[in-house]
Amino acid sequence: MKSILSALAITAAATLVLAGCSAGAPAATEIKVAYQKFGPSQQLDHHMKAVKEAYEAKHKGVTVKLVPIEAQQNDYFTKLALMNRASATAPDVMYEDTFMIKSDAEAGYLAPLDSYVAKWADWKQFPDNAKQAGAGDDGKIYGVSMGTDTRALWYNKEILAKVGLPVPWAPKTWQDVLDAAKTVKAKAPGVIPINVYSGKPQGEAAVMQGFEMLLYGTQDKLYKADTKKWTVGSKGITDSLQFVKDVYQGELGPKPEQALDTTVGNTVSNEWLPQGKLAISLDGSWVSGTWLPTGGTPWPQWKDVMGVAPMPTQNGEKPGMTSMSGGWTLAVGAKSAHKSAAWDFVALALDKDNSQKFDIMSSQIAVRKDVSNDKAYLASNPTVGFFSKLVANTHFRPATTDYPKVANEIMVAMESVMTGQQTPKQAASTYDGAVVGIVGKKNTSK
Amino acid sequence: MTSLTTTAAGRDARGRGAHPPRPRGVGRSLVRSLPLVPAIILLAVFLLGPVISSFYGSFTDSSLTGSAAKGASFVGFGNYLELFADKDFPKSVLLTLVFLFASAIVGQNVLGLGLALLMKSGNRVVGAIVGTLVVTAWVLPEIVAAFAAYAFFNATGTLNTLLAVVGLDGPNWLYRLPMIAVILANIWRGTAFSMLVYSAAIDDVPDDVRESAEIDGAGGAKRLVYITIPMIRRSISTNLMLTTLQTLSVFTLIFVLTGGGPGTDSSTLPILAYQEAFKFSRLGFGTAIATIMLVVGALFSIVYIRALKPEVD
Repeated sequence: MKSILSALAITAAATLVLAGCSAGAPAATEIKVAYQKFGPSQQLDHHMKAVKEAYEAKHKGVTVKLVPIEAQQNDYFTKLALMNRASATAPDVMYEDTFMIKSDAEAGYLAPLDSYVAKWADWKQFPDNAKQAGAGDDGKIYGVSMGTDTRALWYNKEILAKVGLPVPWAPKTWQDVLDAAKTVKAKAPGVIPINVYSGKPQGEAAVMQGFEMLLYGTQDKLYKADTKKWTVGSKGITDSLQFVKDVYQGELGPKPEQALDTTVGNTVSNEWLPQGKLAISLDGSWVSGTWLPTGGTPWPQWKDVMGVAPMPTQNGEKPGMTSMSGGWTLAVGAKSAHKSAAWDFVALALDKDNSQKFDIMSSQIAVRKDVSNDKAYLASNPTVGFFSKLVANTHFRPATTDYPKVANEIMVAMESVMTGQQTPKQAASTYDGAVVGIVGKKNTSK
Repeated sequence: MTSLTTTAAGRDARGRGAHPPRPRGVGRSLVRSLPLVPAIILLAVFLLGPVISSFYGSFTDSSLTGSAAKGASFVGFGNYLELFADKDFPKSVLLTLVFLFASAIVGQNVLGLGLALLMKSGNRVVGAIVGTLVVTAWVLPEIVAAFAAYAFFNATGTLNTLLAVVGLDGPNWLYRLPMIAVILANIWRGTAFSMLVYSAAIDDVPDDVRESAEIDGAGGAKRLVYITIPMIRRSISTNLMLTTLQTLSVFTLIFVLTGGGPGTDSSTLPILAYQEAFKFSRLGFGTAIATIMLVVGALFSIVYIRALKPEVD
């Protein structure tokens, strides 16, 4: 008996030791590419697979390991951050949102790319604002822009015409938008009048597509770049929350329980819009990517059924419309052991041909000058012209490392008004308190 | 539990003085405890290590992104002060206690005891069928049970479909009554454990005691209060402690059913800790909440051990 026990103990100990040893370095060079594969970013998966093949054919001896992360936006950031914390799991190349760049660069997750872009012939094709989108607080470049986006109102022409609204529809104020939604509610039962993303489950998407599309149409800003102060106690914030409340508590939007489902972003573009269950959606320029033949829900008729209108300012103040822009980049991991090979992957994935393929496939607004002037690109999607024009009146998220934290507080405020747990005033004052807690009182202003 | 009894027995044997302690006693017991070393090391590495590291983490501003992700700095009681000032925190503690009290202490224990008693005196076939059904919920992995409960409670789920058959229009349980839904789901999932513990305990109540009580004229209720419950109180204590600790850490069930929402209406402490640490990237703040959970669990354990201290019969 004793000998059996000791044999078992030795085996167990040996297993532990051996398991420790086997986690050594892989023999050949392998680069890990982490990206999101969820909803509108499904097309990215096709793109990455194609680039992997081309890359491996060109660079013998290097294998590309694709790590698609199937998660909604905030969960994607969390998983990426957890991977980035240990060098054994840190990706070599990652798909990184422009608004996370400054924060993640400061966290030491991203490698500066200045020495690589300096030698890259294609770099001059990127306009300055696109270059800046990938810059960290220290001015170094940490990400190369894949494309940008703008946001506006998508509407179903058939539904609006049926309830007697003018098509093409061009609302001038928030009230026009709400009135149109009320008309749909009254005359087209069973159709959700308007969708505005809101609440914690949608992550930062709710903040940008929902709240900021409203706030930047008021007289107030979220953050004043010139004084570097965050706005608190502003009427714009309360009014924007009131709009969210009017939509959800006024039963003009999806039911709050539908809107608080993490998959509602997919549901809107894959089901509600193509099936005619939703009349108006405050959404991104990329939405039609889902309906292209390469997308998740091909819908050839969308070009005739769907219309687009700019999001009006609150009371029609100049310039009469507003939009928000973001976009994603490819970045190289700071803990990568093969930074040069990783950079080669980035450069290949974002050369003229591949950028163009990606921008067309996922309905992105091109940033490379050679792509945005390409005839094939301009002809690829009837909404390209409309969304590109919005760039003139667009806004960008506050470029500070505190933004992701402040955005979390906005989600909390939105959710508490859409569920009726707080009035817009109460939620705004909770938000003010939280912002003071994050950035300090001296960095806020009225 | 077992280790406690063994030590006690060991002490007794020595106390009787059958073999006076030998001079090399200390050395001998050290050698004899050698086989325990691997287990102790594993416990230290995989249990004590994370607890200490999380405890330390709760005093830092450790984060998933931003400058604090590179090197966290010590912030003393900062996280705790902020937590106690946060109005979501008392609400979350209250929700946790409601969840604990309603689903574990009352729900699982009372229902478990009731089922065990009924199965003891009921028809064997019915008992076997009921037992199997109850245990099924417990055998399911937590995530599967959570999805099953979601399919039952959601707006167009089984429950509302059944209600519609009798002409009732059920609310969206997960949205309108989130706490009721998660409490019922946890009772459904956890009752089997209490039922099994109590069945075993009741089987151990000697028949002659029960019979003599019966002869003395004690009815069912009296037998339960004066005979059965006092005789199984050690099992009650153990079971209360286990179900309490299990329920305090229930995460998957609530996360799948309601995600802690709507708003914060079902955010118990584990959900709040997850949200702060992994949704809002504030690892230090999240671990502070986890530490509070540890304290709450410890307090309950002490209360149970004190209140239901098993005396020697």
